[in-house]
Amino acid sequence: MMTNDTQNPLLAVRDLRTYFHTFSGTVKAVNGVSFEIGEGEVMGLVGESGGGKSVVGFSVLGLIDEPGKIEGGEILLDGQDLVTAGEDRLREVRGREISMVFQDPMTSLNPLHTVGRQMDEVLRLHTKLDADARHQACVEMLESVGISQAAERLKAFPHQFSGGMRQRVVIAIALLARPRLIIADEPTTALDVTIQSQILKLMRQQIADKGASMILITHDLAVVSEMADHITVLYCGNVVERGKTRDLIETPSHPYTRGLIDSIPDTAHRHDRLMQIPGSVPDIRNLPKGCNFRDRCPRAQALCAQQEPVLTKQHATLWAACHYPLKPGETA
Amino acid sequence: MFGYLLKRLIQMTLVLWVVSVIVFLMMSFTGDPVFMVVPIDATDSEIAQARRLLGLDQSPLVQYWRFLTSLVQGDFGQSYVFRQPAMTLILERLPATVEMVLVAMVMAVAVAIPLGVYAGANPEGRLSRTIMAGSLLGISLPGFWVGMVLIYLFAVHWGVFPSSGRGDTAELFGLRISLLTWDGWHHIILPAVTLSLGTMAILLRMTRAGMMEVGRQDFMKFARAKGATRHDVLYKHGLKNALIPVVTIFGLQLGDLIAFATITETIFSWPGMGKLLIDSIYRADRPVIVVYLMLVALIFVVINFLVDLVYTLIDPRISLK
Amino acid sequence: MTTGFLRSEFFHNYKRSTSAIVGSGLMLFFAACVLIGPFLVTQNPYDIASLDLMDSYKPPMWLEGGDSRFPLGTDGQGRDVWASILYGARISVFIGLVAMIASCTIGTLLGLIAGFYGGVVDSVIMRIADIQLSFPSILIALFLMSAVGTGVDKVLIALTAVGWVVYARTVRGSTLSEIEKEYVQAAKVAGLPNHKIIRKHVLPNVLTPLIVIATIQVGTFVLIEASLSFLGVGVPITQPSLGLLIKNGFDVLFSGLWWTSVFPGFAIMTLVFGINLFGDFLRDELNPRLK
Repeated sequence: MMTNDTQNPLLAVRDLRTYFHTFSGTVKAVNGVSFEIGEGEVMGLVGESGGGKSVVGFSVLGLIDEPGKIEGGEILLDGQDLVTAGEDRLREVRGREISMVFQDPMTSLNPLHTVGRQMDEVLRLHTKLDADARHQACVEMLESVGISQAAERLKAFPHQFSGGMRQRVVIAIALLARPRLIIADEPTTALDVTIQSQILKLMRQQIADKGASMILITHDLAVVSEMADHITVLYCGNVVERGKTRDLIETPSHPYTRGLIDSIPDTAHRHDRLMQIPGSVPDIRNLPKGCNFRDRCPRAQALCAQQEPVLTKQHATLWAACHYPLKPGETA
Repeated sequence: MFGYLLKRLIQMTLVLWVVSVIVFLMMSFTGDPVFMVVPIDATDSEIAQARRLLGLDQSPLVQYWRFLTSLVQGDFGQSYVFRQPAMTLILERLPATVEMVLVAMVMAVAVAIPLGVYAGANPEGRLSRTIMAGSLLGISLPGFWVGMVLIYLFAVHWGVFPSSGRGDTAELFGLRISLLTWDGWHHIILPAVTLSLGTMAILLRMTRAGMMEVGRQDFMKFARAKGATRHDVLYKHGLKNALIPVVTIFGLQLGDLIAFATITETIFSWPGMGKLLIDSIYRADRPVIVVYLMLVALIFVVINFLVDLVYTLIDPRISLK
Repeated sequence: MTTGFLRSEFFHNYKRSTSAIVGSGLMLFFAACVLIGPFLVTQNPYDIASLDLMDSYKPPMWLEGGDSRFPLGTDGQGRDVWASILYGARISVFIGLVAMIASCTIGTLLGLIAGFYGGVVDSVIMRIADIQLSFPSILIALFLMSAVGTGVDKVLIALTAVGWVVYARTVRGSTLSEIEKEYVQAAKVAGLPNHKIIRKHVLPNVLTPLIVIATIQVGTFVLIEASLSFLGVGVPITQPSLGLLIKNGFDVLFSGLWWTSVFPGFAIMTLVFGINLFGDFLRDELNPRLK
């Protein structure tokens, strides 16, 4: 089931199941997701909204709150399971080994604390540096994410920064304790288009500088195709396809991935007109038997309604869960 | 800053003016005050003369103008009952009321904030549910009845606390203060507890709601993603944010305490301005009622102003404009 | 329709919420007391002929000297406290309900007008509301009552005068956000007269939050009325509400005759507690954001 060649992955998620128990039924937001990510790699986690991408990120950090619960699977960091780890161990991991960048920079900072205090908190939690050294580290980090007059800006409150600047602060906080893995959950979605590319460039450069790995969660295949080494595509809480970025973008084998790619307004893959996937994500509380994508799939046949496809090896580096996968050169 | 203060000052004056109009209008409904000043066997001409002296023979507009100008000059007239300046009467009793209100407020805050934070942080716990049921009971209680039950139990039945009066007072800067003597504390406990229950319950519920609301914010989860303990996230990041709505209603609650002090003072025969108001209402002692209302209105607008100032200290996003 | 309700999330949560069941149970109990209470007791406490001074100040029946005819004891005129409570609850509940309905109607109307028409009308209504809100309701009501004197009708007026504000503000807020919406704009463009737009499109969408306010306000009004009556500026002696019963009992409290005031207060407490319990549940259900 390996898609990448890493011998000892930094993080390995195996058969992760995170469910939310609500009145109207159990929402299987993540239902058997597996992937691996090696040191220094960038993995894209892609899917439509409501596909359970963010829940994967929060599950890795053990930040699933009621009524949600991790029902099964393993999350192995250096081979150590985080699902069964206690809260104390998880707190060591959070911010120190794995940190997270949230979607909306307008709400991810505490409005009543200065930026400096919020940065300092990470260092106080995870290092033994004294106050001066921590201050110095904060100034340097803030400068390295492109905020000038950093010493001054540390005394400012979040509302005195623009959205793009706040996301830089959030990234600075995420990088501060030199984590080995960063989970970025739609880090540019809430920003202006012009700022988006700046932030992505910054993240790519920072990750490379610090030798960290990253899981980039996004609905935007265009973004990951530029940044990621390999990509995992989620649909209704399941992995439907994964593989090296180049293979997956150029010759996807799952019709869903094909649909996502066709809906990118990208000159390199120009079609006569922009395509879109018909229909919408089904009610996740009430998934049909068989393949979850079959109602929207142009290739669906009788078998798709009866049997759920499992992830199988396709051409090149690709693995896909489809009864009738696309061959290279074939269109949907 | 200066512009803000000026704007607030104009606003406050405007509110006080509206209150003066309403007070004047309502006062003209309360029967003819002339009979409060003339003897029972007064002749018609004596009544007419008294009426002239009080200015009651003039048009309402003129009467209002006279009313307003004397208010501005700080002349609120003489109490019909005590034959003393109404203002002096009220001011003499003000410290007793303020004292009781402050003790009640401190009690309310001291109990409400910790319990509210706890209940908001552990919304599903058994203890939290008990606290919430208790607070709901607190806002469902008729305050005066609680006072009576306390009097019956602690004063009549067990005889451990006095049922009425203020006890010994000590002088401080010319004010008579109960809190400086043991006897004063002994006397203030029951009325202050009675008065504080309602406010305690409301502050508790606001704190809990604020805590629960803030628990849903992204920055709380982000703080946890940094590796902070649950306790730190709740108290270092959550509490201050949760208290913003509590501060907003703090002023209103202080106002409520002053208002309900009238009832509490009546039950415990506490010699404050609230009891004086109720007595004056019974005796239609108009000048005293007017002073009370105008003074309380002034206190309220000042409290609201102070609350807004405190607000800017807590929340950096809000600046004085 | 019925089965739809029985299967709804609302009903499901209701069944699981102890406080909702206790609260609605208490409300139902008081509704029954108000409706059929007087038929449950033999004595009409306000019919002088049925009173006997020989029965005065009997303690509750489980105490020494108690009389099984008067389960909660009697007052100075030999009046059954239990019967007084049943009759008094009628007056208290009546005042609370009627004042709530009046406040809700007037407040909603003013809020709709302020929100829909804006401009000077809006400013005037909202400034009055603002000023009024910065003063405690009890003080405003006390002041009004001191000016107009006692009477059930006057208590109703005073309560309505303090009660409309909260509806006006809520309705104005939701009206403002409602008329921004496209379908209302469309109806305006289509030339639908204002009163029809308000009635058909705006009103139905602003009513839900009022349910919670209205429920809780009945309890608040019962308490304010009781306070006013306790101070002697509420209902007249001829129509004693629960609050007035407490006041009458207060006069003899120091003689140790606690039952004439404690039981009526207990009645107010359970009534208002029931209303608040249920109101709390409604708030959680109708305001999903706070769940």
